[in-house]
Amino acid sequence: MSMLELHGVCAGYGGFRALNDISMAVEVGESVAVIGANGAGKTTLLRVISGMLPAAAGRLSMEGQDLRTLPAHKVLSTGIAHVPENRHLFPRLTVEQNLRLGAFLPSARARFPERLDYVYGLFPRLKERRLQFAGTMSGGEQQMCAIGRALMSGPKLILLDEPSTGLAPVVVQQVFELVRKIRDDGYTVLIVEQNVTQVLAVVDRAYLLSVGRVEMSGRSADLLASEAVQKTYLGL
Amino acid sequence: MTCSLDIFFLEAVLNGILLAGLLALLSLGLNLVFGVVDVVWICYAELVMIGMYAIFFAYSTLDLPLPLAMLIGITFTALLGVALHMIVIRPLLDAAPINQLLATGGVLFLLQAAATLAFGIEFRNIGVHLGSASLGDMFFSWGRIITFSVALATMLGLRYFLRHSYLGLAILALSQDRHVMPLMGADSRRLYAATSALGGGLAGLGAALMVLQFDIYPQIGLQFGPLIFMVCVLGGLGNMLGGFVAALVIAQFITIGSSCFATEWGYAIAFLFFILMMFIRPQGLLGARS
Repeated sequence: MSMLELHGVCAGYGGFRALNDISMAVEVGESVAVIGANGAGKTTLLRVISGMLPAAAGRLSMEGQDLRTLPAHKVLSTGIAHVPENRHLFPRLTVEQNLRLGAFLPSARARFPERLDYVYGLFPRLKERRLQFAGTMSGGEQQMCAIGRALMSGPKLILLDEPSTGLAPVVVQQVFELVRKIRDDGYTVLIVEQNVTQVLAVVDRAYLLSVGRVEMSGRSADLLASEAVQKTYLGL
Repeated sequence: MTCSLDIFFLEAVLNGILLAGLLALLSLGLNLVFGVVDVVWICYAELVMIGMYAIFFAYSTLDLPLPLAMLIGITFTALLGVALHMIVIRPLLDAAPINQLLATGGVLFLLQAAATLAFGIEFRNIGVHLGSASLGDMFFSWGRIITFSVALATMLGLRYFLRHSYLGLAILALSQDRHVMPLMGADSRRLYAATSALGGGLAGLGAALMVLQFDIYPQIGLQFGPLIFMVCVLGGLGNMLGGFVAALVIAQFITIGSSCFATEWGYAIAFLFFILMMFIRPQGLLGARS
């Protein structure tokens, strides 16, 4: 049994079907990327997994537990933390208050101090800015805060939605280094990205999404070498 | 009475500060609810009125000790706040603001009419007289002093609760980004209900302090409602610190105006100032420009 399993998942907005018959799996301890063009359904996929958008059909499970019957706010306690697109920090709360909200689950509250130490160890910048309003920080710092907030619940699986969007190239590189680091620390990672080459360099496997369907999947090196990816995304 | 810098003037200023405590406390719950739920409880002063009746009957009819009667009143209005949210506000959360205003406005008249039918129009009083404290030649009623102290303690307590407890932080967070709350493992519906209970409970606390100073009658909300809204809007709707500052300003206009001219003039000057400020700073003293 895989950690996260999707079978024939469909979902959409109103009459528009954004995801069609998606089947995929994420194993414990691996990092997996979902790549694809704008509008391929990548963000929708993460929203369905975290319960923000209900699936219209199919099966979804985390460690064998059915996710479709859970309301969105119960998904976090199965061990899935979602860092949403555009980060969605609480702008007029301090960095540390944002991190506290990441530990809102009663089971996470007791371990708040040690996890705070872990997150501040990962991101010393956040510790420097702990009393600053999150909305006043740079994009890179906000991304760190959003990832830190997700780590505060002590998740098993982290969903990252386009963490590199809008960041300077140097900061983008730091974000990808971080993906590698948290995977090495034992977190399972599912990341959605447009920066195809860079993300494929740090993950184990990837799925290529195209117009709401899985077009291709495999080890990242294989995908990088494939004609489909080279032609469409790398312009080779 | 002439308006000069004498002891009467000082007494008026100090009484203004004490009156500000009550106005600030009354505006606190309304600001909290608006800041988080983004809906104005037009019927807020009517919740206070119901709370006053609850305390009156628990104390005078059931013969319960006054603190217990006050606790019952606070609990009752807290539950009323939750009921108001679940029955009236929740179905209208995504409706146009004017519809939300009209709906809570309807509740205002409903509560007023229900109170008139149930309790009649006579004035009631719990008959507790706390007397006055004297400072030199000045006199200050204990009711006002207690009210001011409780209001100040409540504001500081609420501030601490919102910044340092998990539930409080979640309520603040909800006011800034309600869509992301499920990703924190928080149920927005329960947080809204908790906020409404808190807002209703604060109306009950206001009621507990008001029964010490005022008679109880079904239309008392009409006397205080406009003042509370003026304080909230002047401070910047949803801004609790702004509400406190605005309460201080408005109360000074009322008490100094009353002392220099006549009570009615105090209110007229306060409202005139309010209207002027709406031209100069429509977002309120401490409100963010939107």
